[in-house]
Amino acid sequence: MSQDPHTHDHDHSHAHSHLGDMDIRVRALQSLLVEKGYLDPAALDVIIETYEHQVGPHNGARVVARAWSEPDFFDWLLRDATAAIASMGYTGRQGEHMVAVANTPQTHHMVVCTLCSCYPWPVLGLPPVWYKSAPYRSKAVMDPRGVLADFGVRLAEEVGFRVWDSTAEVRYLVIPMRPSGTEGWTQEQLATLVTRDSMIGTGLALSPTAPVGAPA
Amino acid sequence: MNGVHDMGGMQGFGPVRPEVDEPLFHAAWERKALAITVAMGACGQWNIDLSRSARESLPPAQYLGSSYYAIWLAGLEQLMLSRGMVGAAELQTGCSETAPCTGVRRLDGAQTAAALARGTASSRDAPGPARFAVGQRVRARQIHPTGHTRLPRYVRGHTGTIERIHGAHVFPDTRVSRPLPPFVDDAHWLYTVVFNGQDLWGSAASNGLQVSVDAWEPYLEASS
Repeated sequence: MSQDPHTHDHDHSHAHSHLGDMDIRVRALQSLLVEKGYLDPAALDVIIETYEHQVGPHNGARVVARAWSEPDFFDWLLRDATAAIASMGYTGRQGEHMVAVANTPQTHHMVVCTLCSCYPWPVLGLPPVWYKSAPYRSKAVMDPRGVLADFGVRLAEEVGFRVWDSTAEVRYLVIPMRPSGTEGWTQEQLATLVTRDSMIGTGLALSPTAPVGAPA
Repeated sequence: MNGVHDMGGMQGFGPVRPEVDEPLFHAAWERKALAITVAMGACGQWNIDLSRSARESLPPAQYLGSSYYAIWLAGLEQLMLSRGMVGAAELQTGCSETAPCTGVRRLDGAQTAAALARGTASSRDAPGPARFAVGQRVRARQIHPTGHTRLPRYVRGHTGTIERIHGAHVFPDTRVSRPLPPFVDDAHWLYTVVFNGQDLWGSAASNGLQVSVDAWEPYLEASS
């Protein structure tokens, strides 16, 4: 497991910025792996296209909006989230085994991975930096109320917290509470209120009076 | 391993800092690092537990001082170096100086979308009946393995309640015991075990806190 001394020298003997060094390092890695025949550059294009443009929290928002609108789907989601979510076409890497948990007036759910960065990719896309950061990973399991405060969110003192540490290959999706004042809204309209953070548990669904696109 | 990656309940890192309008990637190299790591994850020379083990075995100061994509990159380089798939000088120059290893599977562009949509299930046939039932009280064992484990330190020795049973899944602790294929593929029952926040943290816990981990059966023992 020893570090290569040349890498070490390189990092400190050149005047590149750190970002410049990382850029050079990743370019070198890619050319090497392609030349060795380990890597197809076309695979990289597909992976980037998938997670930059196709898979993201808009998928999860559609799942939540449907659950808010269709009681049978809500039940299915709580009973077998993997199947219910797959029925909408959202499957695959880092979402092979899904569980959905629903917020109530009594209980607020929050999802974390204290050991690394486990996150439900098919419904939420790639995790944000803060989700993978030491402050969140350390604090969420002890002081989720404090975490919410870091996000500018305050819940009544009597609301309990249920934190899910994703230590295995099960991935969790929080179903936030449906905001009042949305009676008669279409699923498409409802989905605009479902933020990424509300599906991790570090935020709430937007209120219909708040401007759409406001931070969670 | 009781490493710095096992962060639950550590203090001193400061507040969580969400970014407004956070970009998906903060530098061009992060986009490439993600894609290369995911693509090489299909090469068949390691599994997800071996790659997690490589990341958490980085020197502690390096782990804490690196962004997550930098951790991924360092872990990937380590996996390939230790298998002789690449050499240190080759990583420097980006030019191949030795013949490639045989048996390395290349994920082709044409198969990639399907591979991502399929994923890799960790569920397996059950090795026998589940030892614990929903509602049963169990204690997380007081273990400190020097290798890879997914039982966080903060629950060890504490008693909780079985809340869900997820079937049998591949057990990470033994899956890392053979670095090359064929990998060890022991399966054990996997449970969601919920703990009272006060039991874990005393008065430092948020009011009304319950915390769960997903724990394989060998992590648990019956508690009266």
